[in-house]
Amino acid sequence: MAQPSDDQLRAILVDMVGARVQARRLWNLQRQGQVGTLAPIDGHEAAIAATAHALDPEQDWILPQYREPLALQRFGSEVLDRYLLYNVGHPAGSHLPPTVRVAPLQISLATQIPHAVGLAWGMTLQNQPGVVTVFFGDGSSSEGDFYEAGNLAGVLGVPVIFLCINNQWAISTPLHQQTAAETIAAKAAAFGMPGFTVDGNDAAAMYDAVNEARTRALAGQGPTLIEAHLYRLGAHTTADDPTRYVPAEELEEARRNDPIDRLRAHLVERGLWDDGAHAATEAESLARFEEARRNDPIDRLRAHLVERGLWDDGAHAATEAESLARFDEAFDRARATPIAPDAVLDHCTTVDSQRLARQRALLLDPEGAES
Amino acid sequence: MSDTTELTMLQAVNEALHLEMARDDRVVVLGQDVARNGGVFRATEGLFEKFGEDRVVDTPLSEGVIVGAAVGLAMSGLVPVAEIQFLGFSYQAMHQVAGQVARLRYRSQGRFEPAITIRSPFGGGVRTPELHSDSLEGQLANVPGLKVVMPATASDAKGLLSSSIRDPDPVLFLEPLRGYRGIRGDVPDGEHLVPLGEARMARRGDDLVIIAWSYLVEMACRVSDALADEGLSVAVLDLRCLAPLDLAAIAAAVDHCGRVVVVEEASQTGGFAGEVVATIVEECFWSLEAPVVRVSGLDVPYPVGMVEDAFVPDEARITAAVRRTLETA
Repeated sequence: MAQPSDDQLRAILVDMVGARVQARRLWNLQRQGQVGTLAPIDGHEAAIAATAHALDPEQDWILPQYREPLALQRFGSEVLDRYLLYNVGHPAGSHLPPTVRVAPLQISLATQIPHAVGLAWGMTLQNQPGVVTVFFGDGSSSEGDFYEAGNLAGVLGVPVIFLCINNQWAISTPLHQQTAAETIAAKAAAFGMPGFTVDGNDAAAMYDAVNEARTRALAGQGPTLIEAHLYRLGAHTTADDPTRYVPAEELEEARRNDPIDRLRAHLVERGLWDDGAHAATEAESLARFEEARRNDPIDRLRAHLVERGLWDDGAHAATEAESLARFDEAFDRARATPIAPDAVLDHCTTVDSQRLARQRALLLDPEGAES
Repeated sequence: MSDTTELTMLQAVNEALHLEMARDDRVVVLGQDVARNGGVFRATEGLFEKFGEDRVVDTPLSEGVIVGAAVGLAMSGLVPVAEIQFLGFSYQAMHQVAGQVARLRYRSQGRFEPAITIRSPFGGGVRTPELHSDSLEGQLANVPGLKVVMPATASDAKGLLSSSIRDPDPVLFLEPLRGYRGIRGDVPDGEHLVPLGEARMARRGDDLVIIAWSYLVEMACRVSDALADEGLSVAVLDLRCLAPLDLAAIAAAVDHCGRVVVVEEASQTGGFAGEVVATIVEECFWSLEAPVVRVSGLDVPYPVGMVEDAFVPDEARITAAVRRTLETA
């Protein structure tokens, strides 16, 4: 076990707070029509930021799905700049500099998982140290690419961390309609690799799990599947209205409908339980419920650090203000980044075909005749 | 002039793989049965013994991840040569081929170099089970970012495959099943490169040009040779690559001959022959002396053996189209 240090927890919280407040700003900009459709990060901050902090940006890779960038600051400040370019629709938004070991967003679900296996495989063949972490969701775990990539990774024993962000929803499809398996982590057995379910709202637990998987991978012990269990607190995307399908009381009900009633009857019958013990446990459970109902990973880590004298309201406000200021600067830069009239054709192939050359000429001289 | 050796197309493919793996240790070969077995057609024979298990890898039966892993291998700086055992099975990898391989450079705005070659046999005439004979070149050529290379001779198979592996862009290198052992010819020894995107005049002629690619070039040449005995002068233009397409060579041939037959093995509707005809109409409409005729596969799924010959264009169908086009006033 390798728990994160106090300093690491503090750094993780800085990234989480930043991601949350920036995500809200981005949401508002989308509502103003200034950026395109995007997937908010709310509720996923601990799992993503803690993972990034358990990795080494100098040698490890992250292949995101699409919800992650705001919490990947540890892998380079350019991630935010490029993410904003991406959201305003600039082609450069997917061009991260060579020092940033983060792949561009790609929207087709799960297709990045085979890429992660190939990348880790290629690194191994070239004796490059490092691991590849690939993010995907509970919905993606139903795709063929997940199974094909997991299978090959198991066979090759390559240094990949399969990081499934199980937020319980694939747009409106709940987990029980996604899989009949007890956990997504259980699917690791079919690949011959270890699989773990982790409380994705517990930054320290996430750090610990990723760190352990990374240590194994670097020691040549192969891939690991980590299922980060958390709850999507926001909409799927800015185009989604989750009030149509997410039951408001779901978390509360999940706890009420716990099969604990059966166990209670069993233990009362054997004299091992009584109403007093139950009431006391209920009170404690209700207190825990109130805390968990917020289920806000930022609040949890914030309270922990405040308790230890490592964080206060001033630090929180300053982090929010700094993050927003940086966001505003980066957003202005994104909006002001120039774009050539024929940029749409760049970087498709290394040399323009005769067709592409003509299409480029037409973009540069719209008065020219179409031939 | 360098020496040549007579090889089958299959031997030519194998020789190119050996040479490119020896030349560049970044080249890795992956696919089903490509290592110990040397490929189900023996295209990768000897590579495993010579270059070892790190560079010649048998994968699980998993087309999607063969192509998807090739994307990651390329991101790491290697030069993957992936084999899909039969092109029809690339449907199970098409989301990676069209959605990922072809877009890697564009999406990353030039950061990642998809120097990926995907080899796959295709085409009919050998009585295979379903999906082993499908010609999907038109579908692939419609994907921006992919190069589609389709050799018709043993020499070109070697020269174009070497160029494809060295090319920084992703290449679908399609090898005609019938040609593996059915096509043979003199192949230059040692390094042999044929540039991508330059068509080849397989037969010179003045009265009509047959435009073809891959195995049907062989068939068109037989038609040309037979008609030459009657005094008819029929040219054959081998496109070699569908993408990039050699517009100038098509225009020059049509300007010279004035009459054109385009032949393809794939189903006709939406197929690449239609693209060639559209190109001719755009480039050299006023040179045409007769309507352009297509000879294509039928608009049904590639059929089973007993009716296969009705599907694939043969010399009789090509000859009839040539005669009809020559007779048009």
